[in-house]
This record gives sequence, C-alpha cells and structure tokens, in this order.
Amino acid sequence: MENHKLQVAASPHITSGASTRKIMLAVIVALLPTLAATTMIFGLRALLLTAVTVAACVAFEALWCRLMKKPIPVGDLSAVVTGLILAFNLPPAFPLWMAVVGAFVSIVITKQLFGGLGFNFANPALVGRIVMQLSFTGPMIDYTFPSTYGGVDALATATPLIVAKNQALPMIDMMLGTHGGVLGETCAVTLLLGGLFLIVTRVISAAIPLFYIGGVFLFKFFLNLGSGASAAESAYESLTLVLAGGLLLGAFFMATDYVTSPYTLSGKVIFGLCLAVLTVSIREWATMPEGVSFSILLMNLLVPYINNLTRRRPMGVPKGRWKSGKGAA
Amino acid sequence: MKQKVNYLATFTNGILKENPVLRLVLGCCPVLAITTAVFNGIGMGAAATFVLICSNVVISLLRKVIPSGVRLPCYIVIIASFVTLVSMIVKAYVPALDESLGVFLPLITVNCIILGRAEMFASKNGVFASALDGLGMGIGFTLALVLMSAIREILGAGQFFGLQILPESVQPMSIMILPPGGFFVFGILMALAVFIERKTGKPLPKNAGCAACPAGENCPGNRDEEAEEVGK
Repeated sequence: MENHKLQVAASPHITSGASTRKIMLAVIVALLPTLAATTMIFGLRALLLTAVTVAACVAFEALWCRLMKKPIPVGDLSAVVTGLILAFNLPPAFPLWMAVVGAFVSIVITKQLFGGLGFNFANPALVGRIVMQLSFTGPMIDYTFPSTYGGVDALATATPLIVAKNQALPMIDMMLGTHGGVLGETCAVTLLLGGLFLIVTRVISAAIPLFYIGGVFLFKFFLNLGSGASAAESAYESLTLVLAGGLLLGAFFMATDYVTSPYTLSGKVIFGLCLAVLTVSIREWATMPEGVSFSILLMNLLVPYINNLTRRRPMGVPKGRWKSGKGAA
Repeated sequence: MKQKVNYLATFTNGILKENPVLRLVLGCCPVLAITTAVFNGIGMGAAATFVLICSNVVISLLRKVIPSGVRLPCYIVIIASFVTLVSMIVKAYVPALDESLGVFLPLITVNCIILGRAEMFASKNGVFASALDGLGMGIGFTLALVLMSAIREILGAGQFFGLQILPESVQPMSIMILPPGGFFVFGILMALAVFIERKTGKPLPKNAGCAACPAGENCPGNRDEEAEEVGK
C-alpha cells in the first residue's frame, strides 16, 4: 500500500508529460505536409528517397547500439526525424547509395560517436548534408525538375537563389514550391504550416525562427535600400530571399533542435540574429549561392558559449556580484 | 632516473600503447596535411623515423654534455641537421616524394614527436634504448600515417597507392581528401585506439590525472623544477 501523497522527493514536482518520443512525433507530424507537397511536386522518386534515408538512419542507429551493447533508442523516433530532415536536404534525383552514406555520417559519426541523442555537437542531419555537399558536389546541386506539373521553364534547373540574381520570380511558384531545389525546401506554404504547428503546440519557441527569418528579411531589405532600390523593390527581393533556398526549412526545423540551440530566451535571440547575418553574408558575398546549412553549423558550435554568457542571474545574487560566463561551459 | 630498461617494452611502446599520433597526439600537423595518399604517408613516416632514430642516438650520446638550461636549442640543432640530410637525399633520389610532401619535409624539424622523444626519453636513457625507442615510435608514426592515408585515399579518391580499386562508377567522397575529412578520420582513429586499449588493457580510473596520461612520469610538466634551477 503505497501512499503517493506522503512521498517526499526532490524537485521538480510538476512534470509536463513531455517525452522525447512525443516531441519527435510532433516534429514528424509537422514535416508530413511538406512530404506530401514534395511528393506531388517531384513525384514518387522523392518519396522513395525519403523512405530510404529514414530507413538507413533508423537501421544505423539500431545496428550501432547493438554493436556497442547499448540500449537501442530507436523508439524515441529521433532517428526518424533526422532521416526526414536529411532527405529534405537532398535534390530529387540524388543517388540512393549516397543518401545512405549521408545517413551513416549523420547517425554514427555525428550522433552516436559523441554519445547519442543529447550529446551531438551539431545537428546530425546538417552535418550529413554538408559532408555530402562537399563530397558529392555534382549530384548535390543537380536541381532537376521532374515535370509532374508540365513545363516550368524559368525555374526548371537552378535553385531560385541563382535565378533570382538575374530576374524577378513569380511569387506564386515560390509559395507553392513548384520550382527546382532540394526536396524539403521548395514548398513555403507547407513549411510555414509545419512551423506554426510546432510553435502553437509549444514544441519549439518562436524566438529562433522569428529572429532568423526576420533578420534575413530586414538585413537584405536595408542592403537593397542602401544600394539605391525603391522600398517596394527591396521588400520584394527580400521576400524572395526568404522564400528561396533552405531558409524556412532551416529556421523552423534545423536551427530549433533542442540539443544544438541555446536554452535561454536572450540566447535564442542572439542565435537567430547571428544566423541571419551569416546567411545573408554567405548568400550575398560568398561563392556559394546557399548559406543556411553552414550558418547553422557554425552557430551550433557556438551554442555552449551563448548558453554560458546568457545564463540567468540566480535569485538573491546582487547584480554587481553575478557575472555570467563564469564557470564551466 | 636509474632503472633497468626493458628493451622489448621500449620498442613496442610506440606502436600502440604510446602511439605518438593516436595516443600522445604529437606531430598532428603532417598527419593531417599529408595523409591524402598512402605514398605520402609511407614517405613521411620513413623520413621521420630516420630522423627520430639518428637524433635520439646523438642526443642520448650527448645527454651528459648538454646543459639543461639550453637543451632545447641544442636538440633543435641536432634534429635540424638530420632533417637537412634527409630532405637533400629525398630531393636527389625521390623527387616525386619531395614534390608531394613540399614544406612538410623540412618541417620535420619542428615535429613534436622528435623533440618530445628527445626530451622524454633520449635525454635520460642509454644509446641502445634510445635507438630502439626511436625505431618503435617511428614505426608507430608510420603505421598511423599509413592507416589514415589508406582510409582517406580509398574513400576520397577511390585509389590505393595510386591504383584504382573502387569502380569508376562509384563517385569517391572528395571531402575525405580535404582538410575536414582529415580531422574526421583522425578523430575516429583516436577514439578507436582508446577503445582498443580499454578493451585489451586494464581500465584506467576516471580523473586519474597524470597517472592516466600515456606520457606518465616522462611528462615535461612533471620535471623536477628545482633540479633544473640548480642545473642552470
């Protein structure tokens, strides 16, 4: 006869009932509309590529943990999320075996070798993407458009980021995602839908996507104004920059990863703004058209320092005597 | 430090237990830079082994003559002479190797392994033991280089020793022969060496401090500072 009312335990006394599994399930639900959209845009090949990547991620996680005689964490669904996001970072015609290599880099090297979920120094899917980008550059930028929609000419091959440097883009294509690109980045509507779902269900905080996307928009807007464009033109171009490329996917689903983003609100604001500055800088002035993944990777590495510098002052410690940033990282 | 030297242990020390690259983490610069092909790895390993043995022998011979206060400049002069010798020989007889190693050949002078072994071992032990230590460390260095460059060359270029071994249709992962790939392979091999040692050897207690470090009591940080002051 246990009487729970009389038990004494250490805090916290109220728990929310959230678990890794529930959170990951929410992320998967948020990604499903984009999966549906990408299947409609790019055809069944996109679905096959996603299935292979997810299966490879789960299989590598299970195999590695069995090999290391660790409990197998496949049930927490984090490998499924990694697989989905990784697949969303690949162009539709990407060879399947290369996707499996990417899954190996993501799960085994980035996640499990560092100790599994919670210990990864960077977002696993992101490292997988960047390794593939640097390894298989040709197939990774092969943004062909499998034409289920018929003739789409202007945006058929290149990522809109390259096209946008020369001509104005039809905004409706940008919103619906009927243009070239990697699987998960094209359809802005479903990405926004998924992101809003995560914010409303309080799985992610709005701070990072808000400051990241807002920062990119404003930075580009003022850059354009500075170079002599009218306000309307600048706003249109900035909106194009926000919708094109992997910004929405990165801002909602990759930059907000719990393990690799700051846990204080002010830290999240700094994180989002730095991401915005880095992304616009890479897109504007570097040799590569896309900079989202590199920005997030770089900021992932700085997260421990941001956390440390934005720690809250404990109650009762006078302002002058509390120095954030002191102590272990 | 007077103790009986176990010649076999001295020789095998450098190969896994105190592997200069994977356990002592010395000489990382050439390890990361030149391990893009097995040919480079073997060449660098052989050159460094030669310098290591010769400098260990000479420093061991001179260990009673060199004053402790100026020992580092003396070691560097000795090492630099042998490196000059090696780089001239390589330039004359294996120009291809000289071309691919480039600046890293003269940089053997400042390779931490060689100075480290002079400081940790040759300056305290007899000639024969120092030569064996140099040979063991050199082989350990070469093995680590060959292992790393084999992985990087096969994955990054689809070749082994310049021969195509992966079918042409398989696109190699070019990141492996770029600097990030070097760090990837280096980190994974270091983890593997620790893993193997844990599986085979006695597990070390956590936070064992200097006792857990493979450099052990040879560590320069543990040197008797007072004795050195007197030596000056």
